[in-house]
Amino acid sequence: MTQFLSLLLNGVSLGAIYALIALGFVIIFKASEVVSFTHGSLLLLGAYSIARLSEPIGFFPAVLVGVAITALAAFLVERLIINRLRGAPVISLAIVTIGVDIILLTELIRRIGSDILNVPHPWGGGSFRIGDVGISENRLIATIVAAFLIGLFFLAFKYSSWGVSMRASAEDGETAALMGIKQGRVSALAWVVAGVLAGVAALFLVGSPTPGVSPSAYTVALRAFPAAILGGLDSTGGALVGGLLIGLAESFAAGYQDQLLFLGRGFGDVVPYIVMIGVLLFRPSGLFGTRELTRV
Amino acid sequence: MLSIDSLHVTYGGAVQAVRGVSMEVPDGKVVAVLGSNGAGKTTLLRTISGTLRLHRGRVESGSVRFGETDLASRDPAQTVRMGLVQVPEGRRIFGRLTVEENLRAGGMGTRDKQAKARALDRVHEMFPLLKERGSQRGALLSGGEQQMLAIGRALMASPKLLLLDEPSLGLAPRIIGQIGEVIAEINRQGTSVLLVEQNATMALGVADLAYVLDVGEVSLSGDARALAQTDEVQRLYLGHESGTDPGAAAHVPVTSGKKLSRWSA
Repeated sequence: MTQFLSLLLNGVSLGAIYALIALGFVIIFKASEVVSFTHGSLLLLGAYSIARLSEPIGFFPAVLVGVAITALAAFLVERLIINRLRGAPVISLAIVTIGVDIILLTELIRRIGSDILNVPHPWGGGSFRIGDVGISENRLIATIVAAFLIGLFFLAFKYSSWGVSMRASAEDGETAALMGIKQGRVSALAWVVAGVLAGVAALFLVGSPTPGVSPSAYTVALRAFPAAILGGLDSTGGALVGGLLIGLAESFAAGYQDQLLFLGRGFGDVVPYIVMIGVLLFRPSGLFGTRELTRV
Repeated sequence: MLSIDSLHVTYGGAVQAVRGVSMEVPDGKVVAVLGSNGAGKTTLLRTISGTLRLHRGRVESGSVRFGETDLASRDPAQTVRMGLVQVPEGRRIFGRLTVEENLRAGGMGTRDKQAKARALDRVHEMFPLLKERGSQRGALLSGGEQQMLAIGRALMASPKLLLLDEPSLGLAPRIIGQIGEVIAEINRQGTSVLLVEQNATMALGVADLAYVLDVGEVSLSGDARALAQTDEVQRLYLGHESGTDPGAAAHVPVTSGKKLSRWSA
């Protein structure tokens, strides 16, 4: 039972981080109609910047600057590439983002080399315990921050002018343009928000129980991808649910590894994809994705 | 107010959708543009609102001027800020947004908060139903209600000139009558209207001036009431068989480019 609760708690915290990343995928998809594969390298860029800057300027300024760098990188990708290719087929755009991702990733791996950069989180590597149920302090803080950011995001999405513009142009871009909504601005802002969310996710992903920044942080974004897909690529609520599902599935698969030994070691790593495929078999547009809602 | 001068528009460099159209929308008037499918009506509106590029269309020659400003290279957002707002064909309301959010989206083009508040009051006064059903999703409204919402949404930007693309499309005759009244009321409150329609009865009923487009060219134009009396308009758009021989319907007391017929260009 203790193990179950522990895994549940850890699954939720991991899921919260995935949800941050998955939300980024979803809003980019809604605003620019691009499946952005740049997220993995953006995430790594955020982690790398925070790790490198912590030494000279201190941890908290480094977090601010690191998140800003990630957001700026996302903004530049949108302005310099995606915005200029508006109207291009979705597939071409997706492949362009893969190209950008590979370039950025290669450069980051070159810089990181074979080191594992340490991020000096002030909350350290300790863990927080209620009875026998424990979670690393880093993950606990991650959960709280993620919950706060996700809440803020949903409020903004529902009530702010940006949210209304964003939802209107996601639904019908041409009509939104006729209302004077600037699509370029909506799209650029979506990338910036996605960049911020990825930067914050990076901050927590490279803390305990993960040892530090290594290129493998990249694969985490890849696991958030099934989270976005299974929730429904155009549903923000879906990203949240998908993130939690993937986090829980991964946590349980890793925790009960001994019982699942017949499936082989490291099963936790493939579980996100298996869950995604399982969901898509029954609901091809994801749990909350739009099938078709308009009425003429 | 709006003046179009010998405008040529092509799609993909090949299809000529509008060929040498000239027209005027005077300040404070309702101008109707009639024509069947493919006459170039929608292309004309796209050129004015700046969405032509989204459809790979191009202005080859001629000009569209709003007051003193040339609209040629404006994007849709700039056009809205200048006071030209289009109600798109088929209503195109945001079905997943609430009625209230649809109206909010309509006001996104302007920053002036006071103007937006005034516009919202005006819309609520004109369409009380939109206030009642403010928190419902747009998709749940009936066709006529959606058209009211589409018009209300456009009014949120406090336009000087309202462009309407076939507001009667797919609606019951009674609702079409209401839309005619709404247009007249909007005009009475000081907004000029460019009304593109296939429903000539409604359009000619509310319009001061009218143009008939035929395969990309203006074939008839003039005072709306006089135009409604011409045999050609009667026969082709109002469904009255006035003469047995269509060739005899040549007496047109308005500026007529050439004869109008169903099949030949």
